[in-house]
Amino acid sequence: MTTNPLTQEVSSGRPPASRRRSSPHKRAIAVFVLPFGVLFSLFYAIPVGYAVWQSLLKVEREGTFGVAREVFGGFSQYEQVFSNAPFWNSVGRVLTFGAVQVPVMLGLALIFALLLDSPLVKGKKFFRLAFFVPYAVPGVVAAIMWGFLYSPNLSPFKAVTENVAFLSADLVLWAIANVVTWVYVGYNMLIIYSSLLAIPTEIYEAARLDGAGQLRIAWSVKIPLVMPAILLTTVFSIIGTLQLLAEPQVFRSFSSAVTSSYTPNLTIYSTSSIPNFSLAAAFSVVLAVATFILSFTFLKVTQRKGNK
Amino acid sequence: MSATDTPVRTQGSADAERRLGVKENPVSRVGAMIVMGVFTVYFLMPIWWLLVSATKDRAQFTSTAPLWFADFSLWTNISNLLNYGDGIFVKWMVNSALYTVGGAFFGTILAAMCGYALGKYPFRGRETIFNVVLGGVLVPATALALPLFLLFSTVSLTNTFWSVFLPSLVSPFGVYLARIYAAASVPDELLEAARLDGSGEVRTFFTVSVRLMLPALVTVFLFQFVAIWNNFFLPLIMLRDESTFPVTLGLYTWTTQVNQIPELSGLVLVGALLSIIPLIVIFLLLQRFWRNGLGAGSVK
Repeated sequence: MTTNPLTQEVSSGRPPASRRRSSPHKRAIAVFVLPFGVLFSLFYAIPVGYAVWQSLLKVEREGTFGVAREVFGGFSQYEQVFSNAPFWNSVGRVLTFGAVQVPVMLGLALIFALLLDSPLVKGKKFFRLAFFVPYAVPGVVAAIMWGFLYSPNLSPFKAVTENVAFLSADLVLWAIANVVTWVYVGYNMLIIYSSLLAIPTEIYEAARLDGAGQLRIAWSVKIPLVMPAILLTTVFSIIGTLQLLAEPQVFRSFSSAVTSSYTPNLTIYSTSSIPNFSLAAAFSVVLAVATFILSFTFLKVTQRKGNK
Repeated sequence: MSATDTPVRTQGSADAERRLGVKENPVSRVGAMIVMGVFTVYFLMPIWWLLVSATKDRAQFTSTAPLWFADFSLWTNISNLLNYGDGIFVKWMVNSALYTVGGAFFGTILAAMCGYALGKYPFRGRETIFNVVLGGVLVPATALALPLFLLFSTVSLTNTFWSVFLPSLVSPFGVYLARIYAAASVPDELLEAARLDGSGEVRTFFTVSVRLMLPALVTVFLFQFVAIWNNFFLPLIMLRDESTFPVTLGLYTWTTQVNQIPELSGLVLVGALLSIIPLIVIFLLLQRFWRNGLGAGSVK
């Protein structure tokens, strides 16, 4: 890309902030932005719009055996979504799941990050790697592994699995929670740990000279300073929880307690394989909006608290 | 960002402690090591079990101690796995490599270019584009799977390699990281100097700026790599033909058939082991990047 020498003149130094309407490097900017922009429109923006449109359609037939055709149905799909008890049960289920699993997972991640950052632990490199390794295991594969470990017939730990029915209706949700925790603790630990490493050491030295113990330093100095990292991991975890799919889908092979509408995404999948695309699209839209509202509210609430 | 462009402490506050000569309570030390030890067992035991199980034949799988080796049949198991169903497992591994390496590589370049333009050039509509992309970060990938399927089916492209590959190229989070990093790490003076030397903007990007942005780009690459490798919903909904499956979807379909075809249970375990090795190798090779770079997203 060659640029006009005249426009080069203009661009030297900081561009004047006042009334600057166009940039001198239009062609270069287009080359940089367009490839991503086109793909983003095709595979992000248009699908979102298409899902909304599809959710407003309904199937109409002339008589019982007539040809089905899709016509505009207004909010009729949404009426079905809001009166669909299994779907809302599944939403309640993942919320229960998240209310327990997210704090446990992030609590562990925070404790490990603080321990790695403290002088109490030797062999930091080893522990950091050992705790992070499960993140290399894809959710599907992790679920298959733990499915075997839980299963009363296949498990190597029969003494345990014959007495505790991990795959029963009562426990299977928490069995899945354990799989998710196992995979993601190390990842979240690293995010928190690397933001601990960014804190200048002098801050601790001052606290240490004042006679503060490790626990005290962790509680009053380190945790407040890594709060942004903790919030970020919380938002990602909330999004991840509402989107649960791979692990419960795999567990359907191991446990009959996991139904085809066990999580919201499983409901969407099974609805779309009926196939009832309009209803599935309406489910998708409702779930995406709910996810957005939940993570946005969480960010707003915590920001307000932090500013006080 | 902070972690990659500022000198990083590697030993936590341990150095400071040594300098100050402060001694920790031995009880806390022992307690901390016990906690770390117990959780090391928790995190590594399933992988150890998988490794050991992959070396056993079917009879010994249930009849011998689960966490220690019996007769070593790993090579037989692997050759059974690779030969099963006309070598379909090899096909799946190759597909996964193409989806992930290709998707993460080109996805990172596209995100880097876009983020670089947003970070280094003031132009009309820049903030609008950035905000739309940021909105994209909050759209869960699974919410897109169904509409993508419907769109691809209107152009009869479902059940093809491209139906999974093309959507994987888009990484809004990558654009976000690249923008922040470009703004912080590529000095305006350098771009001016390149212009005076007669280098075009695009050439400057590929020869100079990319190098400066490398730590962030490796982070974006890793994020994309893991995201595509773990992506399950999109292939599940898009693909019907076994020969286009990534390895995760392939192993999943085998798991659903274990009750009808019991010999698959052994193959699933050996396959699971082989499927996680590439990712562990990549993590080890790129250790110095993810170790510090993962914190990049948390810096505003």
